[in-house]
Amino acid sequence: MDFLNALVLLTNFIFVPALNYGSQLALGAIGVTLIYGVLRFANFAYGDLMAFGTMVVILITWKLQSIGIHLGPLPTALIALPFGIIAAILISLILDKVVFEYYRIKKSPPVTLIVVSLGVMFVLNGIIRIIIGTADRKFFDGQKFLMKAKQFKEITGLNEGLAIKSTQLLTIVVTIICALLLFWFLDKTKTGKSMRAYSNNEDLALLSGIDPNRVVMITWIIAATLATIAGTLYGLDKSFKPFTYFNNLLPIFAATIVGGIGNPIGAFFGGFVVAFAEISLTYAYKKFFIYILPESMEPTGLVQLLSIDYKFAVSFSILIIVLIFRPNGIFKGKVI
Amino acid sequence: MFFSALNLTGGYGSVDIIHSCSFEVNKGEIVSILGPNGAGKSTAMKAMLGMLTLSKGEIEIDGKDISKLNTQNRVKLGISFVPQTKNVFTEMTVQENLEMGGFLRDSSYLETIEEIFELFPILNEKKNQIVGELSGGQRQQVAIGRALMTKPSVLMLDEPTAGVSPIVMDELFEHILKIKEKNVAILMVEQNARQALKVSDRGYVLVMGENKYSGSGKDLLNDPEVRRSFLGG
Amino acid sequence: MRENKEVIISFLIMGLLIISVGLFQSWAIALSILNLCLISSVMAIGVNISWGYAGIINFGVMGFIALGGLAAVVISEEPIYEAWSAGGLGILISIALITLLVFLVRLILKKLAKSNKRNILISLLIIFFIFLIRKIAGPSMEAIESINPATQGFLGGLGLPIILSWFVGGIFAALVAFVVGKIALGLRSDYLAIATLLISGIIITFVKHEDWLSRGVKNVIGMKRPAPYEIDLQESDWFINLVAGINSSKLNLISDITEKNQLLRDLVISASSVFVKLCFAGLFSVVVITLLILAQKALYSPWGRMMRAIRDNEEAAQAMGKNVVKQHLYIFIIGSSIIGLGGAMLVTYDGLFTPVSYQPLRYTFLIWIMVLVGGSGNNYGSILGGFLIWFIWIEAAPVAMFLINIFTFNLNETHELKKHLIEGVPYFRYTMMGIGLLFLMRYKPKGLLPEKIKLLKS
Repeated sequence: MDFLNALVLLTNFIFVPALNYGSQLALGAIGVTLIYGVLRFANFAYGDLMAFGTMVVILITWKLQSIGIHLGPLPTALIALPFGIIAAILISLILDKVVFEYYRIKKSPPVTLIVVSLGVMFVLNGIIRIIIGTADRKFFDGQKFLMKAKQFKEITGLNEGLAIKSTQLLTIVVTIICALLLFWFLDKTKTGKSMRAYSNNEDLALLSGIDPNRVVMITWIIAATLATIAGTLYGLDKSFKPFTYFNNLLPIFAATIVGGIGNPIGAFFGGFVVAFAEISLTYAYKKFFIYILPESMEPTGLVQLLSIDYKFAVSFSILIIVLIFRPNGIFKGKVI
Repeated sequence: MFFSALNLTGGYGSVDIIHSCSFEVNKGEIVSILGPNGAGKSTAMKAMLGMLTLSKGEIEIDGKDISKLNTQNRVKLGISFVPQTKNVFTEMTVQENLEMGGFLRDSSYLETIEEIFELFPILNEKKNQIVGELSGGQRQQVAIGRALMTKPSVLMLDEPTAGVSPIVMDELFEHILKIKEKNVAILMVEQNARQALKVSDRGYVLVMGENKYSGSGKDLLNDPEVRRSFLGG
Repeated sequence: MRENKEVIISFLIMGLLIISVGLFQSWAIALSILNLCLISSVMAIGVNISWGYAGIINFGVMGFIALGGLAAVVISEEPIYEAWSAGGLGILISIALITLLVFLVRLILKKLAKSNKRNILISLLIIFFIFLIRKIAGPSMEAIESINPATQGFLGGLGLPIILSWFVGGIFAALVAFVVGKIALGLRSDYLAIATLLISGIIITFVKHEDWLSRGVKNVIGMKRPAPYEIDLQESDWFINLVAGINSSKLNLISDITEKNQLLRDLVISASSVFVKLCFAGLFSVVVITLLILAQKALYSPWGRMMRAIRDNEEAAQAMGKNVVKQHLYIFIIGSSIIGLGGAMLVTYDGLFTPVSYQPLRYTFLIWIMVLVGGSGNNYGSILGGFLIWFIWIEAAPVAMFLINIFTFNLNETHELKKHLIEGVPYFRYTMMGIGLLFLMRYKPKGLLPEKIKLLKS
């Protein structure tokens, strides 16, 4: 019984939250990695692209809510999501045309593109703050919990509860669907393969008749879609605040590099590696040990490796360790 | 002549590397471009592909002037190119490399893949393997196979045998001879002059960016001047 | 000659801009803009030294600025003896343990061959030490933080003059830069950018959450100053006499004695703030000018030439026997320590240390924009960039307000759109900065004052 309790405890406080958070990071990391693989630069404006797409979703959700459209137990934001995606795609394509294309044709060094993406970051940052402000915005509606801790306790008769929020399930399911679709697309379709080919060997792709503009366009479309989905899921789960979205870019970068930059499957798992590390290293295991150890050996302290304040620092440290020991990421294999 | 490039002059920036060079090749013919290092062989080939701007010269394929077209449009008109390095998609499978070669084709490209597998049986065996894991000779076959996927009428090869062992080299030349039988015009830049001339119908020797000698493979091999200055006796 | 002319004209325009703020808004605002311009220039010179001279991307600016600020706290705050006796020992032991850990890891790395076993050993050692340190430091920290938490709750500092912290801030930043550089400088440019950005995030986390050292999010306020306090000035006779003397004609117009005193009082109050800011401006100018002279000297020294050679062609420089890695590390440390100096100056000027305010947008990327706008590799450019960008950063809001009023003049004050836009005024500067940077990168990628290196006669 104690063992089961311990297991439920870990599931409730580590496994489920990490799976949820990892999913959000994974989607973002895939977007960053795709842009890196095809366009060959680290896009510092990606966090703000996420915020932009999410902002549109929120505005439309509010509108829908005000005219009384709801999705029953599911969040109304799901109806608004496609509009947010379209807005994010549009702004990405416009930005590519007005800003990035010039440097691509000129074959500018990656540093220049990083600086340019900083410029885009500032622009989006301002636009988002002017439109929606800097406050914390909540836009979740629908049923909050799939299972409350109390219900779980009643059903199982255990001491420990297991709470599952509907947004957690939604996040994990949507992420897995998106990832599977994307991997199928990259692996099996002609367009997907041409993206990989372009990413692998640009000159040869051109010689083979692959249209670079099309590849770039599709990359932006996918990246913007993923950004909006990831941003919306994160916002539904927690809340929307422009500054948080910029900050989330940092663990997303960490996940991207941990997975091997340019490698979508690596980015996917990188997201989970970072999330599990962040949560499991900052969790206080005291209760867990009380369950599994005999009374005489019970710990007195919290048995917490790092205080929760250092959550972000954990992912950054992982990144640095990976950079030192395996600069190409922990997932070897094909890029895009 | 099916493909002709006449009086090409050009180079990178303001410096001309090739001066009034001419090359011609017919269908079902292998033509080698030879010459010492830095003679402008690869530059000449890039010029024919439209990868650098020419100050002078006409390039025609099947009577159509293509001098003004960019590389991609030349590819569409039936010219295919195998670069010397980075000529495969290392992170994709053999099959996918070939598919990418046939990117512009409709579904009939699947038959072409079968043809290429007949030509290079080893590729059929390894079709699901990542190209980066193959040996140098096998990679070279993938590279040529990819270029053949467009069903080109002119195939250009930039030093296809660079860096492979002599046995593999012979094998590659054999394959190239087989491609010739498919009525393709083959133009190749080669370092291994002697072996190249043996399989070539004709050859051009470039020195300092100029056509120094030209003639049939046999003639060049037997020309004492060429032998002394270039084939090493 | 043309080069000098450009520099002089740019700085004249900049000066006029600031003076016009003085004339149209107020001298206190103009001077506080000037002071922050000067501080920004210091930071920009720091970035320029590693980026402009050597091509090293340092996106960790924010972290080094915060370290400088921390130095200001540690140097100038009065020591809190009660806190020291409550938990000082535990903290000291923990520091000793960390040193021991570093030493042990180095020893293992040196003595044992590369293997999985070694990695596991190191990880176990680190985990063991983390637990040990938490065990020892945890109670001490709690003890320290529980002592008078509303105003103290930390160890305090050394109680030394705050100006000393400008050097110490540089040293703090240099020490951390040494570690960061050792870890990250071998990475290619884009990885280095991300790595330094994330490392600066770690530094901020540390400063934000180690309350025993920095009071964390509770902030340190009312810090010492190297300049007089307004309140003291307002009560000292010489200052009142000075103000009275300067404004004598104005004062003489008023006959009523209470009214006269009232006016004098107001004048003294506003003059005191201007005076304090002038004192700061003087101090900061000395720093900026000294730095500029040193940086220019370095740029044209054989060492500066070597750095540029490395930047422009790393392989060639390596082939010529230059130790690129070592030189990169040096220059990264120098650049970072100057940024740390700027950070200490900033906290000195603000008189408060607020870890939450350190955000990459303001403290990393804005400084970068200054360098890029000014002209990478050109120290005058960095200073100009520091001035111009800070000026725009501050004056963007009034300008945006002005524009909004023009474009929405026919809308009612209570109109939703107008109200919304006015709420958004502080954020127009982000968009303006971004658009400015994008235009610059496109049409003047070398910046306003491009790097001009006198060609060496061969």
